[in-house]
Amino acid sequence: MRWIRQRLLGVVAVLVLVYLFIPIAVVAVLSFNKPDGKYNISWNEFSIDAWTNLCGVPGVCASFMTSIRIGVISTIFATVLGTMIAFALVRYRFRGRSTTNLLIFLPMTTPEVVMGASLLALFLNLRFPLGETTIIIAHIMFTISFIVVTVKARLQGMDPRLEEAARDLYANPQATFRYVTFPLVAPGIAGAALLGFSLSFDDFIISFFNAGTVVTFPIYIWGAAQRGIPVQVNALATMVFLAAMVIVLTAQFVSYRKRKALQLPPKALEAALPRS
Amino acid sequence: MSESSGRNIEDLHLKSLTKKFGEVAAVDDLTLTIPAGSFFALLGASGCGKTTTLRMVAGLEDPTSGNIVIGDKDITHLRAFQRPVNTVFQSYALFPHLDIFENVAFGLRRRKVKDVDQKVNAMLELVELGPMARRKPSQLSGGQQQRVAVARALINEPDVLLLDEPLGALDLKLRRQMQIELKRIQVEVGTTFVHVTHDQEEAMTMADTVAVMNAGRIEQMGHPADIYELPQTVFVANFLGQSNLFAGSRTGQSGEVIMVDSHGMKFSVLSSRNSARSDEIIVGIRPEKIVVRDLVDRDNVPSGHNILEGRVTDVSYTGVSTQYVVETSWGQDVTVFEQNVIVGDRCEVGDQVILHWSPEHTFGLAGGETLLHKTAQVLAAGV
Ligand SMILES: Nc1ncnc2c1ncn2[C@@H]1O[C@H](COP(=O)(O)OP(=O)(O)OP(=O)(O)O)[C@@H](O)[C@H]1O
Ligand SMILES: [Mg+2]
Repeated sequence: MRWIRQRLLGVVAVLVLVYLFIPIAVVAVLSFNKPDGKYNISWNEFSIDAWTNLCGVPGVCASFMTSIRIGVISTIFATVLGTMIAFALVRYRFRGRSTTNLLIFLPMTTPEVVMGASLLALFLNLRFPLGETTIIIAHIMFTISFIVVTVKARLQGMDPRLEEAARDLYANPQATFRYVTFPLVAPGIAGAALLGFSLSFDDFIISFFNAGTVVTFPIYIWGAAQRGIPVQVNALATMVFLAAMVIVLTAQFVSYRKRKALQLPPKALEAALPRS
Repeated sequence: MSESSGRNIEDLHLKSLTKKFGEVAAVDDLTLTIPAGSFFALLGASGCGKTTTLRMVAGLEDPTSGNIVIGDKDITHLRAFQRPVNTVFQSYALFPHLDIFENVAFGLRRRKVKDVDQKVNAMLELVELGPMARRKPSQLSGGQQQRVAVARALINEPDVLLLDEPLGALDLKLRRQMQIELKRIQVEVGTTFVHVTHDQEEAMTMADTVAVMNAGRIEQMGHPADIYELPQTVFVANFLGQSNLFAGSRTGQSGEVIMVDSHGMKFSVLSSRNSARSDEIIVGIRPEKIVVRDLVDRDNVPSGHNILEGRVTDVSYTGVSTQYVVETSWGQDVTVFEQNVIVGDRCEVGDQVILHWSPEHTFGLAGGETLLHKTAQVLAAGV
């Protein structure tokens, strides 16, 4: 009993992690499977066919690249626009500021089905041909809220004195932005862009409504699920997961290194203090 | 630094400078000249408009009206980055993403000055931070960060250096140390320093000229010793050091000496030391100027001295001096500091004593009982 009580927290934590990672592990493991029949759902035989022949199934790689392209383009637009909106909301007092603040949250709270359907209605009414452009427009629209919120938080956490100090030290508005504001907000913007990309890459519902004949990676998987998902999908998904892990770990490592550098050996501090 | 001698420093003039936030005037019709090369302290209670004044000089806040002039150049409408003025912020505001070297070099690089390396190294030498050049600000102690902030501003050789409570965040020991350090730097570079503080001791020890500010206005300005010895308003008498003040009214004058009656006591005030224009006069005396004696010593009081009787209600021995609180017949507490040079008995709690002091030390102020109460309240709330 004591043993359990002392380790309860650890046990629960491990269980939660297992719960979180089992699905991913299953995907990864099955990417090395050679399925018996159409459906890749039970273990049959080890094989690296899917990994050596990633584009072996028609459409997989094309849809994957389409999603990457849509993700990159919409992230660039949404990040630039979202960053500017965040600056405007934090820095300037204008009429309708609080309304804008509220409206920015709207896409985050609207059910995706509703948003997808209304956008479709809008495009049809405007006789705008559905395709990659409409998907990108839709993605910019819903990722922008997340980007605004993330960048805004970073900006609000910034000491306004730093920019005043820059102005005091002969930096004109452009130089102040370039040498002080931007470097300080950049980590926030980068984080926002990553978030935006993952939201776009991952989106199914809104894309599905507005895709026309374009097949994104999520749409491809959805279509394939009826016929049996090819093993290549597992391999690609595992790759995406690994890429995400690498990014997260790198960020962690960099901030760890920074923190480490801040911890001074006391001797060095003393030696550096002036006589007196 | 050698360039100070060759540099042409000029006076800073504030002319009817006013700043209103809504209806409230944070700075109210401030007119003042800060002599070139002086160490000028702006002293005042919290919220009296010191920061606002500095921010207007730096160009970070637009005045509602009035002018800021350096020499004969009006800089009122120049932007912050165009002014020959630099600021040391209270929170230092060092750029966290740049190392110490780049922080100090920031102003030079923006102005595309040559020999950045050599100048920065010389400046870091001046503030004794040479070995820290490649550290980030967060890796320095409070005192070191403070010196970086000074170096970063001074390296630009501004006409005026503004310091907004630069020592506020430091502990007492470091404060004392930095006061000496700052004074040394100022003497070395010869730049005009405008130092904002609400620590009167700091203002007096560091500055050549002190201006006492209250509610957006300058109450009195001058050499610290002059202000201390002859305060001209009740606020100054209480804010800069301590004072015992007795509200009274003028009863007559013989030659240089004005007679004032307060609570039935007669006090002499020299007319040259009286700033009250009407017959209502507040008589003031600093605690260390008062001599406290046993009642039996009455006959030994020098003639012409002001005399007061009372009962000792508190004695605290502080080493260098002893502080007495003496209650007068009308119930007012009088504070007396006595240097511990007397051999033998000190007065004790409950003793009936006689207090006396010279008219040479007495000062007269405008105002009455109500002003005394009001000022006491303001000071209690403010500091
Ligand atoms: N941006 C602002 N908006 C509105 N009121 C302000 C603003 N800045 C200052 N004030 C007001 O102006 C007055 C003077 O403020 P200021 O900061 O100059 O005081 P201070 O003398 O520097 O005080 P402290 O010693 O506390 O720093 C205060 O009453 C303050 O509330
Ligand atoms: Mg202030």
